[in-house]
Amino acid sequence: MYVRHLQVSDFRSWEHADLVLEPGVTVLVGQNGQGKTNLVEAIGYVATLGSHRVATDAPLVRQGCPRAVVRTAVVNEGRELLVELEITPGRANRARINRGPVPRPRDVLGVLRTVLFAPEDLALVRGDPGERRRFLDEVLTSRAPRYAGVRSDYERVLKQRGALLKSAGAARRGGRPADLSTLDVWDGHLAAHGAELLAGRLDLVADLAPHIAAAYAEVAPESRPARVLYRSTLGGSQPEGVGVPGGPRADREVLEDALLAELNRVRPQELERGVSLVGPHRDDLDLALGELPAKGYASHGESWSFALALRLGAYELLRADGTEPVLVLDDVFAELDRRRRAQLAKVASGAEQVLITAAVAEDVPEELSGARFEVHGGEVRRV
Amino acid sequence: MYEGPVQDLIDELGRLPGVGPKSAQRIAFHLLAADPADIGKLQDALQKVKDGVVFCDVCGNVSAETTCRICRDPRRDPSVVCVVEEPKDVLAVERTREFKGRYHVLGGALDPLSGVGPDQLRIRQLLTRMSTRTDGQDITEIIIATDPNTEGEATATYLVRMLRDFPGLAVTRLASGLPMGGDLEFADELTLGRALSGRRSM
Repeated sequence: MYVRHLQVSDFRSWEHADLVLEPGVTVLVGQNGQGKTNLVEAIGYVATLGSHRVATDAPLVRQGCPRAVVRTAVVNEGRELLVELEITPGRANRARINRGPVPRPRDVLGVLRTVLFAPEDLALVRGDPGERRRFLDEVLTSRAPRYAGVRSDYERVLKQRGALLKSAGAARRGGRPADLSTLDVWDGHLAAHGAELLAGRLDLVADLAPHIAAAYAEVAPESRPARVLYRSTLGGSQPEGVGVPGGPRADREVLEDALLAELNRVRPQELERGVSLVGPHRDDLDLALGELPAKGYASHGESWSFALALRLGAYELLRADGTEPVLVLDDVFAELDRRRRAQLAKVASGAEQVLITAAVAEDVPEELSGARFEVHGGEVRRV
Repeated sequence: MYEGPVQDLIDELGRLPGVGPKSAQRIAFHLLAADPADIGKLQDALQKVKDGVVFCDVCGNVSAETTCRICRDPRRDPSVVCVVEEPKDVLAVERTREFKGRYHVLGGALDPLSGVGPDQLRIRQLLTRMSTRTDGQDITEIIIATDPNTEGEATATYLVRMLRDFPGLAVTRLASGLPMGGDLEFADELTLGRALSGRRSM
């Protein structure tokens, strides 16, 4: 698939921008702060309904404007779909497909698939577990948009259960009897939604792991082998072999029972601390090089290679699923040495569409020559 | 900002559900220009809604008397009770003209974030109602018709747990699935998934 047309209004620094794009390589060149990244960020937003740079929508809207609008025409196997998103911070966003409104913005997920690699991705290796969970959920939603709903249901239950735990804990400490009759109900719902999300992530990691290992070996052949392993809060009661390449697929019901049992076990601690201690919201994706964890042990170069391998692995997996995602490389060539640049260029040159941003055109390897846009002073011009 | 009473009115109207600042302003200026007699009628209606409306002793629905119209109606089957969250849900089910039983209004759903637990809902009254006979008949079926969202589903699960010890009682949940007149291809995965798991044989 590829993006044929991108139009933004009042998005980040752009009052208005209009780009006609083609399959193949497109490079956006411009000085720092001219708004190159903002343009690819808009494309990423259409694909994931989130930004790779910020967690909330407010910074996405141009200062002093009530809302931002992003329009993209996406061509998939010869058929074109027009996706329009209206981003209004603090209110529900609105979405239209082919000029027809859809009931919820998340219905546009799946129309455009992107894999975006950016300097921020170093946090995938060095940052908190939340970064890696977000990465997994993003790929999961790209593969099966249904998981956007599963995740939001899970988060809703989690919030409600947290509120209940807090008030029950407070009642206990105050010497009043805590009303725990409804906690069982929330446990049941947490386990049901949690098991669905967990099963999705485990199967995803099983499918993704070989692609990540292969990508890492290509990007950094001199380094030790890269491994990823999903670590859930189930600990020892996580079913054997699930989430590992070639292992059995995850069984939602087994996981649900395991989650329920674990919830039962930790209930006293949960009441004491007033937080939910079991479930996919506390899981992590362990990254290892050889026998050592990447976090804390990997060199700067290795960390970069690992982050790149995670993104390229996701790209290859989506491709193997049968849809060619749009590859977006935001400002990354400047951060990579010559051999990693060459490796990345090799993968990118085979993609149906690659969008690249760079401050200096010379940073982009020669294999990746194609359409070139200059971004300067609030204007974007094809050269 | 307008001055004095007009702005007060706009602020008050703006606090109503579904009324934004622009609508509030429109309504306020409409009222300003309206006939004093019409304003009087509105004033009366507002006053009465607080003073004159009571909640039915049996089902908790809004009512003009101590027992509501549906609970008084001998033609309504007292052995089947439909449990809903709000009085407006009673109206929604009534519009179908399919349901000939009676209702029980909970007054909300389990919502710990807003501090709503079972004690804030009319669940105890439902259990009391279960153990008393109405017109010489026991309740034999409870239809749970809470909203199909996180809070409604949790409430439904809780009710099922509370009701499972009553012998001979059938507890059912409204089916959720595809809307009539819709297209299968446009259904979202969650709805379609639920419709699949709740399918019936024909």
